[in-house]
Order: sequence, then structure tokens, then C-alpha cells
Amino acid sequence: MSATAVEPTMAGGESHDAHGHHYTSTGLDNRKIAIWAFIGSECMLFVSLISTYLIYKGKSRVGPYPHEAWTDPATGETFKAILNIPVTSFSTFVLLMSSLAMVLAHNAVVNRHVKRTTFLARLEGNSFFWLMSTAVLGIVFLMCQAYEFTSFVHEGLGLTTNLFSSSFFVLTGFHGAHVTAGVLWLFTLASIDKTRGLTPAEELKIDLCALYWHFVDVVWIAIFVLLYLIK
Amino acid sequence: MAHDTDAAHDEHGHHPTAKTYLWTALFLTIVTIVEISAYYIKPWEQSAIYVPSMIFMSAVKFAVVCAVYMHLKYDNKLFRNLFVGPLAIAIVTCVGLLFLFGKVAINLGSGA
Amino acid sequence: MATTVAPPIYAPAAASASTYGEKTGVWSWITTTDHKRIGVLYLFTSLFFFIFGGLEAAVIRAQLAAPNQSLVSAELYNQLFTMHGTTMVFLAIMPLSAAFFNFLIPLQIGARDVAFPRLNAFSYWVYLLGGIFITLPIFAGLAPNGGWFGYAPLTTMAYNPGLNIDFWVLGLQILGISSLAAGFNFITTIINMRAPGMHLMRMPMFTWASFVVQFLVVLAFPVITVALVFLQFDRFFGTNFYTLTAGADPLLWQHLFWIFGHPEVYILILPAFGLVSEVLPTFSRKPLFGYAVMVYSGILIGFLGFGVWAHHMFSVGMGPIADTVFSLTTMLIAIPTGVKIFNWMSTMWGGKLTFTTSMCFSIGLVAMFTIGGLSGVTHASPPTDLQQTDTYYVVAHFHYVLFGGSIMGIFAGIYHYFPKMFGRLMNETLGKWHFWINMIGMNLTFGPMHLSGLLGMPRRIYTYDANQGWDLFNMMSSIGTAIIIVATLIFLYNFFTSLKSGPRAGRDPWGASTLEWSIPSPPPEYNFAVLPNVTSRYPLWDVTDGHDLSREHHEGHENRDDRVPTSRELGIPMPANTFKPVMAALGLCTMLGGMTLKHVNDVAFYVVVGGGATMLVVSLYAWLTSPLEESH
Ligand code: HEM
Ligand SMILES: [Cu+2]
Repeated sequence: MSATAVEPTMAGGESHDAHGHHYTSTGLDNRKIAIWAFIGSECMLFVSLISTYLIYKGKSRVGPYPHEAWTDPATGETFKAILNIPVTSFSTFVLLMSSLAMVLAHNAVVNRHVKRTTFLARLEGNSFFWLMSTAVLGIVFLMCQAYEFTSFVHEGLGLTTNLFSSSFFVLTGFHGAHVTAGVLWLFTLASIDKTRGLTPAEELKIDLCALYWHFVDVVWIAIFVLLYLIK
Repeated sequence: MAHDTDAAHDEHGHHPTAKTYLWTALFLTIVTIVEISAYYIKPWEQSAIYVPSMIFMSAVKFAVVCAVYMHLKYDNKLFRNLFVGPLAIAIVTCVGLLFLFGKVAINLGSGA
Repeated sequence: MATTVAPPIYAPAAASASTYGEKTGVWSWITTTDHKRIGVLYLFTSLFFFIFGGLEAAVIRAQLAAPNQSLVSAELYNQLFTMHGTTMVFLAIMPLSAAFFNFLIPLQIGARDVAFPRLNAFSYWVYLLGGIFITLPIFAGLAPNGGWFGYAPLTTMAYNPGLNIDFWVLGLQILGISSLAAGFNFITTIINMRAPGMHLMRMPMFTWASFVVQFLVVLAFPVITVALVFLQFDRFFGTNFYTLTAGADPLLWQHLFWIFGHPEVYILILPAFGLVSEVLPTFSRKPLFGYAVMVYSGILIGFLGFGVWAHHMFSVGMGPIADTVFSLTTMLIAIPTGVKIFNWMSTMWGGKLTFTTSMCFSIGLVAMFTIGGLSGVTHASPPTDLQQTDTYYVVAHFHYVLFGGSIMGIFAGIYHYFPKMFGRLMNETLGKWHFWINMIGMNLTFGPMHLSGLLGMPRRIYTYDANQGWDLFNMMSSIGTAIIIVATLIFLYNFFTSLKSGPRAGRDPWGASTLEWSIPSPPPEYNFAVLPNVTSRYPLWDVTDGHDLSREHHEGHENRDDRVPTSRELGIPMPANTFKPVMAALGLCTMLGGMTLKHVNDVAFYVVVGGGATMLVVSLYAWLTSPLEESH
């Protein structure tokens, strides 16, 4: 029988360890647990959007269609298949590279203490460069998306044209909004890094952003195949 | 090797090196190139294995990014559970929906 | 060994002079980040909405008391039942549960606060503003009128062109954000803020139930958010998600809604289950029977809860395979639910029962929920459901589980935890009156609905002709409602008088066993002067002879009198009060709420939405870049 079911462990003021962190049961940081829970929740968000797109695939009453040409029976006007695989392949590649830049930014901050002499090694350790590259690649991706959207509209596919356009624009728009938020986050981190330099102890700040960014990338991996490559 | 994984439980320094990241990126790029080429290779694109193969390749990419870039392979198991649980529910829901809307057969390319 | 009961400890007579820490005044409540204060705010706000939703129901029942009445128009009737359902689900029961999440979880796991105190404040303010936003339109006759599940295409512009549905679509998105933020917060709190030794399998049952609920929230709410965004885009920008002429599928909304909707009903019931799982062992003087089974059945309910949604749609003709699958999963989910019922009964079996009011309500839950659960199983079978769906039989089912289950459990929780929250006891005699009158009222209200439903009375009709065999049952239901109102008035009287002048409660007036009872009532702002080290599931029952350990470390000996030291005196850094989460909530709600202006005036739309967005972003930046704690 334990006589002391409730024992004191630490006095109040000491619940912070040497680094000023709070005591936690798992030893992990609260924010990292929260962002993973958030990412789990986002899975349901994107799955709902993607499911809707797939459910409505092939159900549009009028064109233009994603993968095949369409002639308007009323006017005789012909619309070509709307999706532009080369451009989207390029933007997919850009997003992939941004993920690489993102991990390298994290890597650079974590290994801040490593002495670097060669040009390549110094590049590897340049967290600001990698953060900015990630953000810029993100912007390139967004520009591709903007180009894609405007050219669709020019070719006669607006938000309200048919089921395909509604579900396509809302799904990819949601994804684009996530990329935009990520770019803002990256610029914020980059500016902090520029002004005072992120230290290895602040690795988590980058880690959180990186997890978010990779998740957005991973969603695109699914979108690219399910929307663009599978007819 | 075994020693390395033990040390991996340390707070810091357990992440892979830049080299691993570069190799991973190369791998992802190659798979992406295969995917895109498959789209243009008519015999493949029109075969029954096209859709399963594409889903498989993207699933591999998905898993690799999660494991390496998102450090799920190296980090605390808790994170893996927090992600994989919801992801499983999400995928099952998606498949359920596609079934309910009569979409699964079409997406498996059976020509229904 | 585990059943020795620590007798009530001393009563801190002066503790509530400044309830919850050193700060007082309205401003200190608006800027608070203390989880206990936020819990109290949730409690008061949701009680208000509970009364409001109840009044809507009272009008509904007055209208239906006799055939062919015209107290309200058909249109107003639609608004009333829509807002009754929406209010009770999103503005009353969920936030009543949230009141307990906030107040109890940190206390039960031995933490000083939640993981993200400011996010917690944000959740509350978003809830309050969202609640006001969705509630006010009824005074202008503009309230949502598409039912609480808002089936599209009925709710699209083509069939429902007014502003009514816009309020609903935007209001629910606002409320969803509040729930999601709270969900991430509590998941993190429970995983990461447990006191040393508080293993997962030592956590109190309420915390476990809440843990499961938070996962349901973060996985279910994104789905309804997407469904609502589609609807909003259809209404505002002319997309085609629910436009049948464009080829849209009328079942899309139904599926998305119920993928959210069924987990949602567990979101509503599991916290109440958790509360009675605290009350029953306490007043049986026995540990909870089959703790581990309770935990696993809770988790199982959570998982299965995502696989039964289409049992709400048997009548749409999904085909034999889908019907069979969803029928089976629905019957399957009744098993872990039934397991819980048996565990509660076994807990009481052979125990030394004390019938306090909270105990009565808990037993009431076990009995009433069983009735609702059984009628649920009857419509798990598609052929019978085709007879029952959209009749008052279903209304009877969900009121037995929601009123007999969730609300009874929450009342049990209020009577049980009132002393911990406010340092005073509620009046037990009035409590008993409340319980019995409530019990009679609810059975008189909802019992006859089984019969009127089986006799074919459809739900959601604003009036009916005489002599269809429903007249008597409707009259009974309406009288029952009047009785519930009496019971609720007794409760409110009891609640507010006890708040002012109830007898002082000690730390552990019930001889309960979990950590929250080891600290003063009401708890000081830091909760635990010393983080406890937990070595069992029932820490206070393992303590010999009322030897109260946490008091020992309460600032040594000088403080044996009734003064509880402040955090400043103990040198415990606490989150500072801040206005930023309130600003962020205001910005968010202005941004989303302002979108209704789209159909009124374009310029106003851009100004208000833009202004709200700016306010949101600016206050978020200010919030995220300022430290949590003021430096001492
Ligand atoms: C034993 C477990 C349960 C089973 C087998 C069950 C089964 C069902 C079924 C099949 C329906 C659809 C009836 C129809 O529309 O024709 C239904 C409706 C409903 N159930 Fe349950 N249920 C259970 C528990 C619960 C719980 C715990 C709650 C909430 C706390 C709940 C709340 C509801 C609500 C609100 C509806 C009606 C929704 C609406 O149409 O507005 N049920 N239930
Ligand atoms: Cu259900």
C-alpha cells in the first residue's frame, strides 16, 4: 500500500528546466504535438475535397473537360482538353524542390555550430538562403497556378462553368491558399533569421513550418496523380 | 549501425544529413519523371495497370516525404500515430465515398 | 486497500474572496487565459444558450399542443426547429462539455493550465461571437430555416434565397473554428501536460472520454467545413456543387454532413459519459468497474463512429450492399456502448451508494440512455428504419440520448463539480426536486413521441389535422415540456442562490478520489502549488487516514489557516492576461460574419471582410510574437 499517492516532485518555480522549457510528460514540445494533430485534421479536409472532385468526375453536363476535347452542341464551338500537363509537371517539380530546400534550411539551423570552409559547405549551412529558396519556389508554384487558372478562364472554363470546374478550382484553390500561408510563414522565419539568426535551440520554429510545408507538398503529390495524370 | 539508431534517441542530431535529403530528392524526382512519362506512353496509359501503378508510385512518394522529410522515420512514435491514425480514417472514408457513389470500379480501370 | 476514503479536508473560508487569482473585474475576465475562468465563461454562456434553445422548443411544443393551431407561421416554425437543433447541438451541449474540458482536464491530469492558454481564450471568444451571430437573426425573422442538418440542395440559392441560410453557413464555420482550436489544444494538453506518474491508463475517465472526443472533433469538423464551403460558394459565387441541373448529386451534402454528423453525436455524448464515470464510483465508494474496458470501448466507439454515417440515409436508396454494411456497423457500435452501461451498473453493484443529486442524475443517464440506445438499434435495420425515419420516433430516439443522456450527464457534472468551481455546495433538496421533476417531464415529453411517430406523425410539420391518433400524444408531450421548464427554473434558482450563499465546500466534499479534489475549492490560479506525483488511478483513496499530502506542501506551516497563497508568492509563472486572442476572435468573426453583406452591398462587403481579415492577421502576429508569461 502506498502511503503517498500524491507526492510532490518539483516546486513551482522549478518546473522550467535549464532551457526555460516547461515540464512536459513526454519531453516533447507542445507545439510539435499540436502541429501533427493539425496535420491529421487537414488530412480529413483534403480528403473531403479530393473525394468530391473524384465523385463529380465525368458528371459535368457541359464542357470544357479536363482530359478530352468537347464541342458545344449549341454553338459548334470546340474546346480542347483543359489540363496542361507540361506546366503542371513543372510546378510539381518546383514544389518538390521547395521541400528539399525546406529540409536543408532545417538542417542548416540544426547544424549551425558546424565549422564550414568550402563554398558548398557554407551554402549548406546558409539557412537564410534555403528559407528564401523555399519561399521563392513556393511563389513560383503559385505563379504557375495563377497562369493555369487564367488560361483556363481564357479557354472558357470559369469557376461556375460546370461540376468539374467548381470542384477543381475549389480544391486546387484550397491547396494554393495553404501554399500562400506557408510562404508568409517562411518569409517571417527568413526575416527573423536575417535579423538575429535562428539558433539550433530554436530548431523547432523551423521544424513546425517544415512539417506544414511538406504536408502541403504531400497533398500535391496526391492531387497531381489523382487530378492530372489519371484520366 | 545499431549504435547509430540508439543514439538517435538523443534530443538533437538524430536527423539525417543533407546527403540523405539530396538522395531522397533525386529518388522523388525520378519517380515523378516515371509517372509523367507513363502518362505519355500510350500502351501503359491505356492498360489496366495504369491507375494502380500511378497510385502506387504516388503512395511511395507520399510515404518517402513523410518518412524522411517529415522525419517520421526518426522522430518519436507519437507523431507517427498522430498522423497515420487520421490518415487511415481519411483514406477509408474516401474509399467508402467512392464506393457509395459508384466510382470505385471506374477508378480501377475495369471499364465499367 | 483502495477504498479508504479521505474525509473532507478543511474548508478554505476566504478562498473565494478573490476567486481565481489576484485579478478581479470585468476586464480581467475578458483578458483571462486561466483555464478555470474560461471554463466558467463557457458554463455561463452555454447555460444561456441552453435556456434560449429551450424557449424555442417551448414555442414549438405550444404550437403542436393541439391540432390546427396557428401560434406561429410555417416559416417561423421552420426557423424555430432549425435554431432549436443548431442551438442545442453547437451552442449548448458542445460548449457545456467544453466548460468541463476547460475546467477539469488540467485539474484531473495535474497540470497548471492547458497547453495553449491563449488559444483557449480564442476558442471561447470565437464561440461566443459565433453564437451571437447565428442567434440574433431570429429576432428579425431571418433565422436559418433549413433544419439543423441543412440539406442541400434545399439550402441552395434556388430554393432558399434569403439571408437565413447565409447566417447558418457562416455561423457554423465560425463555431467549427472554435471547436477545432480547442480540439488541438486539448489533444496536446492531455498528451503532454500530465503530471509525473499520470500514465494514460491512470487518467480519470472523464479525461479519457474527452481525449477521444477531441480526436472526433479534429477529424469530423473539417468535413463539415468543406461541405459548408461548397454551399457557401454555391450561394455566393454560383458554383455548382449542389446544382442538380448541372449534374450535381443530391446525396453529396448528405454524405459529407453525416460523415461529420455521426461522430458529432458521440462528441455530444462521450463527455457526459465521462462525467457520470466520475460520479458513479465516487458515490458507490468503489473504483470504476472495468476501467480498461471502459477506455477501450471509448476508443472503439470513436473509431467505429466514422464508419456508420450512412445509417442516417437508409431511405435514399443506397442499394443492398451499402445498406447491409452500414446496418452491421451500426449494430456493432451498440456493443461498446452497451459495455459501458454494464460497467456502470457493475460499479454500483455491491457498492455503498449515496444518492446525492449528481448520483441521481448519473443513474438517470444510465436508465434513459439505455432507452435511447435501444430505439437507436431499432433503426439500425433498414427495413424498420424506413418506417421510422423522418417521424417522431426518431425525434424520441435522439432526445432520449441527448436529453436523457448528454443533458442528464451534464447536470450530474454541474452538481458534482459546482463546489470545485465556486467553492460552495448546491442545495441538495432543490436538486432532488429538480431531478425528479425533470425526469417526469422528459419522459412525458419524449416517451409519447415514440407512439406518435410509430403512428405516422412526420417530424418538422408545423401543424396537423385532428383525429389521426396523435392528438393525445402531442398534448402529453407539450405538458411534459411545461414540466421540464418548471424543473429548469428550480435548477436555475438553485444554481444562482448557491453561487451567492451556498454552504462552503471543502476540498473534497464528496470524498472523491481524483486529483482535482486534492486542491482547494475553488482552486488557486496555479492549481497545484507543487506538481503532484501520481502513483495510482485513485490517488486520494490511497491516502491513509485523510493524511492530505498536497496540503503538506502548501507553503509550509504558516498557511494552515485558510489563506491560499498567490502564484506571485509561490513564484510560479502564470500566463499573463492578454487582449490579443479576443482581438483575433473579433477579427475572424468580422471577416466571416461580414460575408453575409455580399448579398446586401458590395462595398460594405469588401470593407468589412477586409477589415476583419486585417484585424485577424495583425492580432495574430502580435499574439504569436509576444511571450506567454509576463516576466516576474
Ligand atoms: C446505441 C447507439 C445508437 C444507435 C444504434 C443509433 C442509431 C441511429 C440511427 C440509425 C439514426 C437514424 C434514424 C433516422 O433518421 O431514420 C439515428 C438518428 C439520430 N441519432 Fe442515434 N444512435 C445511437 C446513439 C446515439 C447517440 C449517443 C446520440 C447522441 C447523443 C444519437 C443522436 C442521434 C440524432 C441526433 C439522430 C437524428 C439526426 C437527425 O435526423 O436529425 N444517437 N440514430
Ligand atoms: Cu448516427
